[in-house]
Amino acid sequence: MVKRILCQGYLWLLLLLLYAPIFLIMIYSFTEAKVLGNWTGFSTKLYSSLFVSGTHHSLTNALLNTLSIALIAATASTLLGSVTAIGIFNLRSRARKAISFVNNIPILNGDIIIGISLFLLFVSLGIPQGYITVVLAHITFCTPYVVLSVLPRLKQMNPNIYEAALDLGATPMQALRKVIVPEILPGMISGFMLAVTLSIDDFAVTVFTIGNEGLETLSTYIYADARKGGLTPELRPLSTIIFVLVLVLLVIINRRASKKKEE
Amino acid sequence: MQQSSYIIEVNGVSKFFGDKMVLDNINLYVKKGEFVTVLGPSGCGKTTLLRLIAGFQTASEGEIKIAGKEITQTPPHKRPVNTVFQKYALFPHLNVFDNIAFGLKLKKIPKQIIGKKVKAALRMVGMTDYEYRDVNSLSGGQQQRVAIARAIVNEPEVLLLDEPLAALDLKMRKDMQMELKEMHKTLGITFVYVTHDQEEALTLSDTIVVMSEGKIQQIGTPVDIYNEPINSFVADFIGESNILNGIMVKDKLVRFAGVEFECVDEGFGENMPVDVVVRPEDWYIFPDSDASQISGVVTSSIFKGVHYEMVVNANGYEFIVQDYHHFAVGERVGLLVKPFDIHIMKKERVCNTFEGELVDETHVDFLGCTFECLPVTTIAPGAKVQVHVDFKDVILQDNEEDGTLTGDVCFILYKGDHYHLTVASDWGEDIFVDTDDVWDNGDHVGITILPESIKVTQVVES
Repeated sequence: MVKRILCQGYLWLLLLLLYAPIFLIMIYSFTEAKVLGNWTGFSTKLYSSLFVSGTHHSLTNALLNTLSIALIAATASTLLGSVTAIGIFNLRSRARKAISFVNNIPILNGDIIIGISLFLLFVSLGIPQGYITVVLAHITFCTPYVVLSVLPRLKQMNPNIYEAALDLGATPMQALRKVIVPEILPGMISGFMLAVTLSIDDFAVTVFTIGNEGLETLSTYIYADARKGGLTPELRPLSTIIFVLVLVLLVIINRRASKKKEE
Repeated sequence: MQQSSYIIEVNGVSKFFGDKMVLDNINLYVKKGEFVTVLGPSGCGKTTLLRLIAGFQTASEGEIKIAGKEITQTPPHKRPVNTVFQKYALFPHLNVFDNIAFGLKLKKIPKQIIGKKVKAALRMVGMTDYEYRDVNSLSGGQQQRVAIARAIVNEPEVLLLDEPLAALDLKMRKDMQMELKEMHKTLGITFVYVTHDQEEALTLSDTIVVMSEGKIQQIGTPVDIYNEPINSFVADFIGESNILNGIMVKDKLVRFAGVEFECVDEGFGENMPVDVVVRPEDWYIFPDSDASQISGVVTSSIFKGVHYEMVVNANGYEFIVQDYHHFAVGERVGLLVKPFDIHIMKKERVCNTFEGELVDETHVDFLGCTFECLPVTTIAPGAKVQVHVDFKDVILQDNEEDGTLTGDVCFILYKGDHYHLTVASDWGEDIFVDTDDVWDNGDHVGITILPESIKVTQVVES
């Protein structure tokens, strides 16, 4: 009995320590105090001022940039990654292993290295850094994850169903659309969600490819803000919202995964 | 050749996967409305042949015509054929109705007509009322019925079936065989059916094509193939057989197992070595008497339901005999066979023959190795020669390192008193071996040939 309580206690303590910073921010997002740690009464003013343009225009701007970059990058890398996965799947076994290995390198590689190498690439090609380079960079590091989530679906698929579609008169394009895509769609969706969270989260790659034209994403904004001294209070409600959104996304992904297992 | 009478024409088709030849100069002509079965052991190229006709793979050489049109390079979606796959290959995200309607929808056929056709196809396969079921909830047999309905609803000229019943249990398989035969009659379209099950082939087909190692061995009706197998491979593969070495003494007289038998075959010449096939059910077995052509002792007897399967040892040869009457192990019995039940086959070869080159007086190169041989004085070193080695003189060794070269046992034939093996050597050529030892298919063996077993003859320049 004592042992059980100890074990449970340990677990809860660990979870508390892990989530304490986030809970702190969530709690203090409901007060107006400029400095974190002062409680000046319950208020949702920070939430409302977050969505009112004006003083915090640059913050909402950064948020919008982050979201639009995430959506564009996730969409592009989902398409690119799915096509790549189909290509890899149809290779002969040796080539397949080699390409899968190459695909895994960017995943294991540090963000910082991807960031620096992309920065050097864009500079040497003379591409002006800004919104487009950030999107390109995000597509680069998201695509391997999409490939990884689509490949298992292809492996589970009955290899004859593509041929069956051709046999019944479908052109290769029609067979892809009507048979392959429905089969790998769950993989594509989880790949897309993964790409969105990765893109929203990213700082290291973004900071190297964002240039100095004044473009900001959430992560670079917060970083710059913190260096100026003191975080803008509105970051507290913003972090809270992002945390809740990501939590919801994660729950959805996990639900899908466990449902797939039951099948 | 009458072009129009054939629905499928396969002319000189070969297929290579890399260096490996899977189909070797296949010629096959299928008449409209025929039920043709391509039969062979796994890896004989039968599925590849079907896939070439369906268009999933393209021939390396030769041409394929369907309904008189050259389609060797045509992609599968433009061919007037439909396929039923071994693993059903239903679309898991579509229900039964949408699976069957898949082909019709692509052809932009009006909805009401699609509905009618799908219903008719479902009735045909005995699956009425299953339209809106999820395909994953169906049993194997039901899934295969849906797969067949999905193919025949398009009214193809030819229906290709790739071992469609292989994944079903025995009872279901028998039922489906009957239904397929019925369906073939009703639809009147050509069926090309691939299987490794000889019984299935005999039951279903108008014509059987027996394949082995990428080559067609024999084409004929089930009765022809069973009664007149063209070589020992076909005789062994189709049904059970006693296959023995024999000598055609003269027309209508053959000697095997030390006894002369009357038969009906002629034209082989005098004293020619031949293969003799007697089906187990063609032997008459009775207590030994004056009537016996050959007498022996029963060494095993197994009850098989309808008949007993007995092994009789006579004159040092083992014969498999099937009869309704039971003879106990150890009993002395007589055997008799009617002349027309003895099938004589020309031997494909009587000894191993290899192309080689004489190195010096006592060494000869063949099979990619140098062998020692007895002194050859009549032929100059460096000359191209033919090397002959008797089947019984090839020595097989368990330990690969002990052999001059190595190979894999790829075909085993029991000849009553010894085994006749085909060994695929690593050099690529097949070596034929007679041995009393028991080897298994796929055994990796060392191969040795002693100097005194090697006969060298000069190649006559033509």
